[in-house]
Amino acid sequence: MDKMPKWADVILTPLISLILAMGISALVILAIGESPWMALTTMVEGALGSSYGWGFTLYYATNFVFTGLAVMVAYHASLFNIGGEGQAAMGGLGVALVLLYLPLPHWAIALPVAMVGAAAFGAAWAFLPAFLQAKRGSHIVITTIMFNFIAAALLNYVLVNQLRPVGSMDPASARFPEATNLPALTDIAAAMGFDWGRNSPVNVTFLVALAACFLIWVLIWRTRLGYQIRVLGRSEPGAVYAGINPVWITVIAMLISGGLAGMMAINNVMGEAERLVLNAVEGAGFIGIAVALMGRNHPLGILLAALLFGFLYQGGGELALWTSIPRELIIVIQALVILFTGALDNMVRMPLERLFLTMRRTSRGAVK
Amino acid sequence: MNIRESLIAILVLGICVVWALADGAAAQQGIGSALRLMTPLLLACLAGLYSERAGVFDIGLEGKMLMAAFTAASVAYITGSAWLGLAAGIGGSLALSLIHGLASITFMGNQLISGVAINFLASGLTVLIGQNAFGLGGRTPALTGAGRFGPITLPGAEALRDVPLLGPIYSGLISGQTILVYVAFAMVPITWLVLYRTRFGLRLRAVGENPASVDTAGISVTRLRYTAVAIAGILCGIAGAYLATGLSAGFVKEMTAGRGFIALAALIFAKWRPWQALFATFLFGLLEAIANLYPNLDLGVVVVPSMFMNALPYILTVIILAGFVGRAIPPRAGGEPYVKER
Repeated sequence: MDKMPKWADVILTPLISLILAMGISALVILAIGESPWMALTTMVEGALGSSYGWGFTLYYATNFVFTGLAVMVAYHASLFNIGGEGQAAMGGLGVALVLLYLPLPHWAIALPVAMVGAAAFGAAWAFLPAFLQAKRGSHIVITTIMFNFIAAALLNYVLVNQLRPVGSMDPASARFPEATNLPALTDIAAAMGFDWGRNSPVNVTFLVALAACFLIWVLIWRTRLGYQIRVLGRSEPGAVYAGINPVWITVIAMLISGGLAGMMAINNVMGEAERLVLNAVEGAGFIGIAVALMGRNHPLGILLAALLFGFLYQGGGELALWTSIPRELIIVIQALVILFTGALDNMVRMPLERLFLTMRRTSRGAVK
Repeated sequence: MNIRESLIAILVLGICVVWALADGAAAQQGIGSALRLMTPLLLACLAGLYSERAGVFDIGLEGKMLMAAFTAASVAYITGSAWLGLAAGIGGSLALSLIHGLASITFMGNQLISGVAINFLASGLTVLIGQNAFGLGGRTPALTGAGRFGPITLPGAEALRDVPLLGPIYSGLISGQTILVYVAFAMVPITWLVLYRTRFGLRLRAVGENPASVDTAGISVTRLRYTAVAIAGILCGIAGAYLATGLSAGFVKEMTAGRGFIALAALIFAKWRPWQALFATFLFGLLEAIANLYPNLDLGVVVVPSMFMNALPYILTVIILAGFVGRAIPPRAGGEPYVKER
């Protein structure tokens, strides 16, 4: 018995969940004695009201596209990768090592090399949890959480004891060579004669993120490997019966996932900070979970959800700047989005299904 | 305990003895601090034990503890009573437990996603409300006097102080802890009794292994699981209240600092059993105490950097999960919502 039309499942359910999450967020803002309407207008004005705001929104969205895609690829193999944070941090280390120790004359050459470095380090950090899940049955959720903590400690060690330039106090690497700095979209717009997004950090990585969305769509729905990943995600016995090696596909899916999370470092480490600092990821790995859930594990949905979270992130920053509402409001909104679109999904879906069933029954009755 | 576990236990105890012989005062200080540091871990670990034995995975321990620490510190500050703070801590933690139960039991949602959401919710709400209420960047004002749980001197501690060996252990380690430390340790035998010697415990374990059989016997799976999740909420509440009103004096942003995840690690280490949980959390408490006492541990041959000591519990967990220290097999129905057959 088919319950709901596809559009209701893909669009209506997440939309209602999102409205619920926003509604409760509004109640939270009311509860701390501020006006939700004022908060909303401040956020919209700050994030979308100027090309500067848009620049930041797109910059954050770029981060979230990568981490969202990372969660999505793993999810299609029914692996819940909570390790995006650690994988992205290690990706940053990969970028820093490549840019600090390889003589790269121009950003157009540095970009692909750094992308390989970022993806390789991110993937390497995902390998052990993947291998342990596939071979030993250790729960990937727990191992990836542990690997987040280990990555933080390792990065702390490397920055303090190895990469920190002589005489410098703060735990950060030296600046990357000037020649490898990625062009900001502002410069590209200026070259084309527009004055757009001045002083905002959005850079060419945004275009890489768009390409990544398309490529991941091709990978998951148009290639043999993607098919195998989805079959494994649906049913492991089914996959084995179809001659798919679950160990191999689990590891491959996690390597792609970790690589994508690592690629985020292109945007924040290479494109924005231009050196490796402590906690460069700033929680984007976790937001990827919300983005993937919100985007229904589809690249197009993830792009839209990443834009929404980019807006929330930039808007939240403006909110903290101009009002007494702290930045942490975004964490609450993020939590509610994860809760309603991920965990309480059935709370929305079950009544909707019932609604559609009765509608179908009555319309069939009318035909008779 | 099997051979491998016994070997680890002997190794850990051996390290303590060598330490005590080498530097008695430092060892007493370190082990005392380990006992205090293991208390929130133990409570959270037992919380996870009840929940996961009933078949509900709980990676939201961290969030529940954090929320409890915040509500406990706030109420203790406002009322000046640590006991009211404790009650508020339990309340705050229970509220999140209810959300987790709703998502994972009633609406058959993904328990891991629900846990992740709870962690974020606590992390955001505590700062948001804290900043709004106290304006101190998310922290509560420092607690003083009756707003904190003070140390309790056990009878005879003074008299026994000078007895060799026994004296320092009794008067320096066992006596002089706060009441919540004793509560945490008492919870171990209580949990063992409840789990293995009562009808409720039998049913609780059964519902985590094979909920259909419990359902067939005419016992409500939903009710059992909600009860387990609520017990987990209460224990996390005590753990959080201890953090904010016993271990330190007030709430600080993100003050749980990954303890919920270490408790989860200890739970795996203990293979979901209460006595082993006591041992596992002591090990992790000891690691934390050593890392605090010796930022860069000089072993003579090599200097262990503090970052490695801090990461050690997580590394150990991965090693255990990899099955090198004996396989940890979780309750069979864990993580799966129970769908009644029609």
